[in-house]
Amino acid sequence: MRANTWAGRNKVEVRDVPDPKILNSRDAIVRITSTAICGSDLHLVDGYVPTMQDGDVLGHEFMGEVIEVGSGVPGDRLRVGDRVVVPFPISCGACAACAAELYSCCENTNPNAGIAEKMFGHPVAGIFGYSHLTGGFAGGQAQYARVPFADVGPLKIEADLTDEQVLFLSDILPTGYMGAEMCDIQPSDVVAVWGAGPVGQFAMDSARVLGAAKVIAIDKEPYRLRMAEQAGHVPVNFDEVDVRSRLLELTGGRGPDKCIDAVGLEATHGSAHIGAYDRIKQAVRSETERPHALRQAIMSCRSGGVVSVIGVYGGFLDKFPAGAWMNRSLTLRTGQCHVQRYMKPLLGRIERGELDPTRIITHTLPLDEAARGFDIFKNKQDDCEKIVLKP
Amino acid sequence: MDLVATTTIRKPASEVYTFWRDLQNLPTFMAHLEQIRTTGDRTSHWTAAAPFGKDVEWDAEITEETPGERIAWRSTGHADVPNTGTVRFVPAPDGVSTEVHVSLVYDIPGGAVGKAVAKYFGEEPHQQLDDDLRRLKQVLETGEVVRSDGAPWGKRARKEFPQRPAQPLSDAELEKGADA
Repeated sequence: MRANTWAGRNKVEVRDVPDPKILNSRDAIVRITSTAICGSDLHLVDGYVPTMQDGDVLGHEFMGEVIEVGSGVPGDRLRVGDRVVVPFPISCGACAACAAELYSCCENTNPNAGIAEKMFGHPVAGIFGYSHLTGGFAGGQAQYARVPFADVGPLKIEADLTDEQVLFLSDILPTGYMGAEMCDIQPSDVVAVWGAGPVGQFAMDSARVLGAAKVIAIDKEPYRLRMAEQAGHVPVNFDEVDVRSRLLELTGGRGPDKCIDAVGLEATHGSAHIGAYDRIKQAVRSETERPHALRQAIMSCRSGGVVSVIGVYGGFLDKFPAGAWMNRSLTLRTGQCHVQRYMKPLLGRIERGELDPTRIITHTLPLDEAARGFDIFKNKQDDCEKIVLKP
Repeated sequence: MDLVATTTIRKPASEVYTFWRDLQNLPTFMAHLEQIRTTGDRTSHWTAAAPFGKDVEWDAEITEETPGERIAWRSTGHADVPNTGTVRFVPAPDGVSTEVHVSLVYDIPGGAVGKAVAKYFGEEPHQQLDDDLRRLKQVLETGEVVRSDGAPWGKRARKEFPQRPAQPLSDAELEKGADA
């Protein structure tokens, strides 16, 4: 089959690789009809997440048709011919984490748990196409994928909805939603979202659906801010204004009640000096993160507010504003999305028209043009927000 | 060499105990064990694969057991690698799960066999025992050892690195298995 693979730092390559096979009894093989390039793929491609290998198949947002199931998959759960969206965390459904609906912390699905434990203290779930730290599972930017624990994760799509309407249930829509849900939004809340990329846009839409009074979008790309504004959110361009001052002005001096970091470890910064400090440290690998967005969110949030982190971090950061966090009674909530928890309720919201995931798609390319897609997405060419690949 | 390791398994102690007490199950999750053959109610014959095609073998007996709570054993006779072990099954505070506490003591001898065995255990025997218990947890909670494309060999993989790329295996690789 054809598959998009990691070929070294800043290089991806569509190659011929073997077709996937059933390795465990609860596996299914899915013929992929749509897949996407995610912002977190860029952290892998840029080389900031360790343990990538030449030839790793990328991609963790995908959907398609089940063409084979293992002997351990009950027929009432999944059959050949079913149309499914596959969640990015691989979860067993049986461990204590899964019992608590903390699916991205599944205790059984990472065969490289020993490596993850050294990095994170405790291991995390296996993730498709997302380094050997998260299990070494082949990803979904391919014609076919092996899906372990296929009786637990994949969501059957029986309604008459397009791929584009449901594909993002695999990751970025639930991720954005969880970012807003972790904020415990009250009707009077002003919610500020750092990052107007795909996850940020969905966090904004979700904050509004959950009842926020005002939603603020922080980014520096005019086209992303326009996209947020068209969806009814208030744009703030950090290249043009001082973010904290503007946020105070928009909130009567209080600061946003709830702040969402939808940026993560490769943030860019309005201040050249602080930006250079982190870039240099990251370039020599003496820090794995550039946490500008997180720092700014903590400094800007109103006292007693919530800072919700859904941007991806990989290792250790420095200059964390612990003083502001502690002295001003802030709550920090985080997590890789527990996708399985949100898929069904969000499918309902899509069907009822409360959320329109298709609004962020700017590009659709054949799988063979994945490398060009990564280039366009990474360099924000051609007003690119989100790319869907068609194998 | 003294090793201890612990895991928590979301199954009642009676079930985890019963699985372990059937010693022939141990090689399904312990990387270095090839086979355990029970030879009596409390006696058994253990085989561990060592490098260069050598096997290390010994007889063992259960020295103490409290059903559902604890099993202790030791090697007997002229064992290549004299050893003793204890496993305790302790109900976890959640009322559902079982804490498994394992303690092993190996007396690694000198000479060629000793060297081979020491090398075989690798530089991080603690890591290996931790990984063994992770596989025990997988087997009891999910029914089997979880495989990925980068780490497809289950308990036959004795080290996590180097791994093969995370892409599907060819038929030839599948056929060759972990020795490929």
